[in-house]
Amino acid sequence: MLEKALKGSPLYWFWLFFLACVAGVGSMAYLYQLNFGLSVTGMSRDVSWGFYIAQFTYLVGVAASAVMLVLPTYLHHYKAFKKMIILGEFMAIAAVSMCLLFIIVDLGQPQRAMNVILHPTPGSILFWDMIVLNGYLFINLLVGWVTLQAERNEVAPPKWIKFFIYLSIFWAFSIHTVTAFLYAGLPGRHYWLTAIMAARFLASAFCSGPAILLLLAFLLKRLVNFDPGKEAIKSLAKIITYAMAINVFFFLLEVFTAFYSDIPGHKAPIVYLFSGMDGFAQWTPFMWLAAILAFLSLALLIPAKLRDNHELLPWTLLFLVIATWIDKGIGLLVGGFTPNMFETVTEYVPSIPELAIVLAIYAMGAMILTVLWKIALGVKQEVGHF
Amino acid sequence: MSKTRRDFLKLAGACACTVAASQLVGANAHAASAGHGPAVPQPGNQHEHALHGTHWGMVIDTKRFTDPLLVQKCVDACHLTHNVPKIDGPQELKWIWPANYLETFTEHNHYLPDSVEQRSFLLLCNHCENPPCVRVCPTKATFKRGWDGIVQMDMHRCIGCRFCMAACPYGARSFNFHNPRPYIDEAKMNPAYPTRMRGVVEKCTFCVERLAQGLMPACVEASDGAILFGDLDDPASTVRKALASKFTVRRKVSLGTEPSVYYII
Repeated sequence: MLEKALKGSPLYWFWLFFLACVAGVGSMAYLYQLNFGLSVTGMSRDVSWGFYIAQFTYLVGVAASAVMLVLPTYLHHYKAFKKMIILGEFMAIAAVSMCLLFIIVDLGQPQRAMNVILHPTPGSILFWDMIVLNGYLFINLLVGWVTLQAERNEVAPPKWIKFFIYLSIFWAFSIHTVTAFLYAGLPGRHYWLTAIMAARFLASAFCSGPAILLLLAFLLKRLVNFDPGKEAIKSLAKIITYAMAINVFFFLLEVFTAFYSDIPGHKAPIVYLFSGMDGFAQWTPFMWLAAILAFLSLALLIPAKLRDNHELLPWTLLFLVIATWIDKGIGLLVGGFTPNMFETVTEYVPSIPELAIVLAIYAMGAMILTVLWKIALGVKQEVGHF
Repeated sequence: MSKTRRDFLKLAGACACTVAASQLVGANAHAASAGHGPAVPQPGNQHEHALHGTHWGMVIDTKRFTDPLLVQKCVDACHLTHNVPKIDGPQELKWIWPANYLETFTEHNHYLPDSVEQRSFLLLCNHCENPPCVRVCPTKATFKRGWDGIVQMDMHRCIGCRFCMAACPYGARSFNFHNPRPYIDEAKMNPAYPTRMRGVVEKCTFCVERLAQGLMPACVEASDGAILFGDLDDPASTVRKALASKFTVRRKVSLGTEPSVYYII
């Protein structure tokens, strides 16, 4: 099926070339980082994780969100998602690949990464994260490829693949739960030390991931006239609505616990993020933008009339993606490290090379996604499924 | 055509598995022979004058640190002994350093005497009995020595993921963002202690290398008796006698990490 990726329109090749350029520039930045160490980033002794780990966390959610298509299809025999389910699975592959790249670029000694396998440490959550992420990548490659092959041959997928499909449902929850446990088990980090961290992660994943998928599906409709179907869009938008409502609700629960209990340590990161502390307030505008866009997206999602308006929906989804990205891609990390262990503030500003590397990994993810979707749509076209 | 391709893939897969399996067995055999397995709770070859303890601990008499020169003397003694690079700014490295009362004890009272609030407190790794950094390390590059409670680092195993820095509630760990070597004053370099490379985490080691030679930690030696060091398991030790006679506190005890560094206020 790989040959499907080799024939495409000039636009397809131009897009891949553009992404390769972005990835190329970022790779130069990575070479620079390899030569001068993580000193070229904006990270510091007090804020020791930054944009890399934040993007990793956000993308684990995007990867896990494929389950929002798989679960209704295979556990509830819901037919409407059948046509686009492969897009979700392939998006998960691209997302997990980006996650692994973000971990690698964050390591101080990347050539020692295999020490995690050579000296396995089951007590460390990072060890389990390595296992679940690689496992999820493997499962989605297997399931995506086998079901697409069956579709091409116009036969039912082999029975044994069902096992892996059911496994992928369980596994999707596990990747984001384990990723939340990276944060939620650390004493002394008030913003992270919360029992609903995994639940928050899943809620945020199950709205932002499908929102990105749906946005891309709208793009596909314009570009190649692939229509996932009215019913599928409607259902997915409904799933996004519920997940976003739960996501915002969970965040408000955190706010209540921190401020009604009035415990300074619990309040401090939220105060820093939303109003600044000791004269440092660099992320405040971002956090308020996230809050406004979150409520705006909910206001545009909850009324069915607005939700089913396909002129408006892409904008709503864009607002939602920006809001959830700021919450998890900036706020989560910065809030966890600020104030620091001495109750003072060290601000974190990502550096230019750091941002170039982040963009490069996103470009690589987009390349993987483009090629995989090209194959999937090529097969669907071949057998007349769109 | 597709059958032969499938056969080829099967063969390739089988080969890959065999190679991986043999590597794994080889790695294990190597690990066992070189002693890189899980930390075995016993010391290696020891110097005849080596100091012995089952739970090393420290008591810092903060009342004695009124002279900023004494504070600096302790810090310098440590940093010069261990070739800690001098890098300014937020990517600095430090094993032991002074902080004020509010930074040291983040749960604090109001209306403290000026003498307490303006005092310098030396901060360092607390060598916790229940260290979160050890719990989270994915490679056992940081570990607690079973026989004397010291939390140690293996700089050659550390992958630089910095999970330990996120986990340590005391901000005791530093990461080599830069290549540290150009930042060490060559004239003052200690040839007896290794320098580190870029991309690994480091911290206070309670001077394991000095204890093994029968010497007190560098900061203790430099402190003119203001820092006591000894075996917390031994009721006759200087640290236990100090704890029994003076009121002391530890940092962030509510987190359950059980620090081994005590402060006389």
